[in-house]
Amino acid sequence: MAQDLLGSPAKEGTHHNSNATPPPHDSRSQSLRTSLPLLLLICTAFLAVAITAGVWLGSVGLSPGSVWAVIWQHLTGRVHNTVTNALVWDLRLPRVLLAAVVGAALTTAGGVIQVLVRNALADPFLLGVSSGASVGATAVLLFGALTALGLWALETGAILGALGAMIIVFVLARQGGQLAPLQLTLSGVVMAGLFGAITSFMIFKANPQATQSVLFWLLGSFGNAAWAQLPEPTIALLVAIVYLMAQARSLNALAMGAEVATSLGVDVSTLRRDLFLVTSLIAGLSVAVSGVIGFVGLVVPHIVRLVVGSDHRRTLPVGVLVGASFMVLSDLLARTIVSPAEMPIGVITAIIGAPVLLVLIRRRTYMYGGAAS
Amino acid sequence: MSLELQDLSVELDGRLIVSGVSLTVADGEFAGLLGPNGSGKSTILKAIYRVNKLTAGRVLLDGHDLLAQPLRNAARRVAVVAQESAVEFALTAWEMVMLGRVPHRRSFDRDRGEDREIVADAMQRVGAAGLANRSFHSLSGGEKQRVLIARAIAQQADHLLLDEPTNHLDVRYQVEVLELVRSLGVTVLAALHDLNLASLFCDSVHLLASGHLDQHGAPNDVLTAASVERVYGAAVVIVTHPDTGAVQPLPRRRQTVTPERPI
Repeated sequence: MAQDLLGSPAKEGTHHNSNATPPPHDSRSQSLRTSLPLLLLICTAFLAVAITAGVWLGSVGLSPGSVWAVIWQHLTGRVHNTVTNALVWDLRLPRVLLAAVVGAALTTAGGVIQVLVRNALADPFLLGVSSGASVGATAVLLFGALTALGLWALETGAILGALGAMIIVFVLARQGGQLAPLQLTLSGVVMAGLFGAITSFMIFKANPQATQSVLFWLLGSFGNAAWAQLPEPTIALLVAIVYLMAQARSLNALAMGAEVATSLGVDVSTLRRDLFLVTSLIAGLSVAVSGVIGFVGLVVPHIVRLVVGSDHRRTLPVGVLVGASFMVLSDLLARTIVSPAEMPIGVITAIIGAPVLLVLIRRRTYMYGGAAS
Repeated sequence: MSLELQDLSVELDGRLIVSGVSLTVADGEFAGLLGPNGSGKSTILKAIYRVNKLTAGRVLLDGHDLLAQPLRNAARRVAVVAQESAVEFALTAWEMVMLGRVPHRRSFDRDRGEDREIVADAMQRVGAAGLANRSFHSLSGGEKQRVLIARAIAQQADHLLLDEPTNHLDVRYQVEVLELVRSLGVTVLAALHDLNLASLFCDSVHLLASGHLDQHGAPNDVLTAASVERVYGAAVVIVTHPDTGAVQPLPRRRQTVTPERPI
């Protein structure tokens, strides 16, 4: 699939009128760009290792073998009711898988929103979904909104909040017919500010004990993960990936600017609308199940681009796997380094993400804001 | 009758920028769109490739309404090389040229061997084969322009719109880029700043003055001292290029300077 990308010759000096035919399959200068299947294989293996480690390691020790033994039991339908089984199947596995799905979703959403608003500093929460979700979640946690829904109240509140924010930002940014980058960014930032104020106001009015739970939710956590939380974000993620892979070529064109994309036959306003809906959906569902986990959606897309380039046919699938692995390992650290207590995962994602990105920026040619490096 | 604008008008933010412009670019012709800053050159080009909406008028390609065709189909007939804006995402030159294949491929199509051949071919034609792995941003102005022309070649369109293709280029690359475009043998409509280059390279020129077509014709007929003075408000003296006989408007100083004056 990615052979076009290796089809480029190694740098042959700066000879302008070189008559040498580019040998389409020789590219030692960019070993990392050689083969997408190989890259995906490596990333998948890494994710498998991360998931195994995530289930295996924790406050209660297990052997890696027993992890797969339990999974095998469940796959074959011969379940032994042991403590190990409960620990692996009911607690750790759903948690690790949810972390993987959310990591993948936030990375995907972040990378696409960076293209949509043409800003390298954008993250999945730029367009207001997280602040909207926070309003919904806070209303549930502090004022018992939606109590009729029982265990689902918190998630539903967050989803409703995210949806509301998404619709408002969409309508505001759509004035003039186009979801232009500046209008989108401004509407998102303004609404985030407003929703943030509403959340703060509710916290201010509520009693101090209850606010603890809000703070914890806002920081993000996979502590309440359960199997029942997995289907919606997973299905949404799969749909989003299929859609985005179908649009990968158009995304590449859009990354070069709306006018360029138009001249290449891409219907920019339809594409922007769909990108907005898809990314808001997966980001909103992620926030609903895990709270607001920062940094992943900002940093991982950049890390991926630094390694595999900016072609979305590469960044999207690699981003899914790297984002998932990154989140699984971050969650593993969050619940082990101060065990038996738990560190907010946002602390971990920032502490790991920031230096990794800084190192990569120093090592490779990369650019921000149009200045060549 | 290859590319024909009929009574084209464009309004931006309620202001009429282009009004009633009609012009025809014949098959294989290199036509220049001239006029001072703000006279509507870019606006017209952008109306042809649908960044700007028409207020009135039509764009015909081989007699068919270009703007009524699906955008993808239009992009297979008309390619654009514009001034590139700052981009946050670093594509390689190869990937940049591969974008020219976008209008030719459906969503899930992979790049085929054919696409790679077309791209390699296009890069070679513009002398950018050695740049394929370079990040587009790291290229010099002239190299960037050549890569963008390669993208247009890979797009396999038979019409090319150029928006100030020689801006920011030094004299060597200005000539190189225009020679290159001429050698492609496609129908070209190019917005150009430089009257001397326009006169050297264009088969015909269309002179715009504040959104209207002032006059058009062969460069030697259009670019007179009177018309340049009228449209640009600049005093020029016209000389003839010793190689080709093309007219070359030279700017004049407002104060008279005696040539013999010692410096």
